[in-house]
Amino acid sequence: MATSIQLRQIKKAYGDVQVIHGVDLTIEPGDFTVFVGPSGCGKSTLLRMIAGLEPITGGDLLIDGQRMNEVPAAKRGIAMVFQSYALYPHMSVYQNLAFGLETAKMPKAEIESRVQRAAEILKIEPLLKRKPKQLSGGQRQRVAIGRAIVREPKIFLFDEPLSNLDAELRVAMRVEIAKLHNDLGNTMIYVTHDQVEAMTMADKIVVLRAGVIEQAGAPLELYNNPRNLFVAGFIGSPKMNFLTATVEGATLKTGGVGLDLGREIAGATTLGIRPEHITIAEGSGVKFAEVTVDLVENLGGQTVVYATTKDGQGLTIVLEGQRSVDLGTKVSAYVDPAKAHLFDAQGMAIR
Amino acid sequence: MATQVDISSNGTGRVASPSFWSGVWQNHAPGYLFLLPWLIGFLGLTIGPILTSLYLSFTDFDLLTAPDWVGTDNYVRMFTNDPKFAASMRVTFVFVIFSVPLKLAFALGVALLLNRGMKGLPLYRALFYLPSLLGASVAIAILWRQIFAGNGLVNQFLANFGIQGPSWISNPNYSLWTLIILAIWQFGSPMIIFLAGLRQIPQDMYEAASLDGAGKWRQFWKITLPMLTPVVFFNAIIQTIEAFKSFTPSFIISAGTGGPINSTLFYTLNLYNEAFGFFRMGYASALAWVLLAIVALFTAFSFLTSKYWVHYDD
Repeated sequence: MATSIQLRQIKKAYGDVQVIHGVDLTIEPGDFTVFVGPSGCGKSTLLRMIAGLEPITGGDLLIDGQRMNEVPAAKRGIAMVFQSYALYPHMSVYQNLAFGLETAKMPKAEIESRVQRAAEILKIEPLLKRKPKQLSGGQRQRVAIGRAIVREPKIFLFDEPLSNLDAELRVAMRVEIAKLHNDLGNTMIYVTHDQVEAMTMADKIVVLRAGVIEQAGAPLELYNNPRNLFVAGFIGSPKMNFLTATVEGATLKTGGVGLDLGREIAGATTLGIRPEHITIAEGSGVKFAEVTVDLVENLGGQTVVYATTKDGQGLTIVLEGQRSVDLGTKVSAYVDPAKAHLFDAQGMAIR
Repeated sequence: MATQVDISSNGTGRVASPSFWSGVWQNHAPGYLFLLPWLIGFLGLTIGPILTSLYLSFTDFDLLTAPDWVGTDNYVRMFTNDPKFAASMRVTFVFVIFSVPLKLAFALGVALLLNRGMKGLPLYRALFYLPSLLGASVAIAILWRQIFAGNGLVNQFLANFGIQGPSWISNPNYSLWTLIILAIWQFGSPMIIFLAGLRQIPQDMYEAASLDGAGKWRQFWKITLPMLTPVVFFNAIIQTIEAFKSFTPSFIISAGTGGPINSTLFYTLNLYNEAFGFFRMGYASALAWVLLAIVALFTAFSFLTSKYWVHYDD
């Protein structure tokens, strides 16, 4: 049975500077949870507090219902994969994997079988005798994960494990970590600043900013119903378009055009539309802006158009397939009103 | 730029052959001019004396009359018929074998304490480094003589507990040990280097180890020490060479005699006495070359074994 984690009003302060401001979060057994946010948002600090590498200033950390605040890192039943991998450079891969088990004074035969099993899972058996410096980045990453696996922990923690890899390898390892989660079924927490990693891997995404949870939920929930401007802008690529708008009755005025909302919404000041929800063909949705095309990127599978509205606001449009759009031309932008997001002056979503 | 093409008046180009050297001179003259003071110093004050001493080591030379070529006599005498040479070898080896490891261990210990991130670290670092700056000086050696003398500080302290201490520096059983302690006390420079080395060990290495359940002791033996081996190696080589060359403390404390009963007759002190006490310059030169050979052999041996115990990161 996998392990649950509960954070209750978790706080962290360094002297007078508070960096985590009372985080409440429940992580269900077996879930793959991703902490995501810009650098300095406290996601790594939060992870390190769960790991036991940082003392918790306030609140309770519960693992399977047991309070863990004062329990030393080694006794929490967790294993962690570091961004730098933190492999011991003077030990062979085998010794790296075995180190924790030897520390626990496990019988030699048991250590050997566990290391073998982990090496098989990660396909690093031919590397066991090598030193970390003789490995490629991807191989080091596997060894780092292997070191976590051999300990058969209840919880796996990953601290930006893929950020030192090149783009291609990053995608490959992403798939492997997701697969590993399926195979092992452990509770896992994964920290990243890359929203694509978060979207593709997570059962649950926790978006953090400045030590506060902005929103937590399933990836599509966050994509479809962002709670505020920050989450709306952070999840999704390219970024959601934000247009300043004014409301007059049931009409939203933006981009020099009036958009009929069909209902009266007071207080909306920002219209948010994802680039992939905009079309330039008449008859698909309602017209909400007239724009001048500044730049076109043909990616093959899709065409990205960067344009400016009449009143000088930038707009990114993603069109399916290969489209020829001339620079400098004026086009009309259409959107399905159901896919438009409205935000009030405080940046909170209006639903 | 070594070849110059000379376009002569008839328009045909030809390679200026007269000399490679004039080309070098024309192209690099300012460089060589700037190099000159150093070059004169290097040839006149370093290479010249070295070669001269090699020549002198095969002669009998008393500074006043011209050197007499005696072949390998000096070297033969050293190993067959010079009890002072044997004594000085014994004293120097005991000194090296005990002072170097103890000094390094002490330096590492202090560096580990300072590395725990205490307040006022720069002050402590400077204070601990101070003995290394002063240690080789005459003043400190004199101070040391006072401390370990029959009625010195150490014995006054011991007297408080009713212990009558010996005269440390005039007792052949202890005199060398006072010098070893003096050497250990000058742990500052290896300590600074250890401290820098400790700073280089990534913190997440320790975090990974603590997640693996390793306590401080195991972290030290399994992570700190192996990862510090390049620094240990460097310090060991430097300190060993220093120890072989050690001169001032024994010269001052024994008043130049190496006594009592040759118990502090360091190799270099013996060499000095041969050269400037007895004016046996040829023999002293031979002694210098033997010391060079010993240090070179030791260093070569260290490098050869290093691949078995020194872990380089990349």
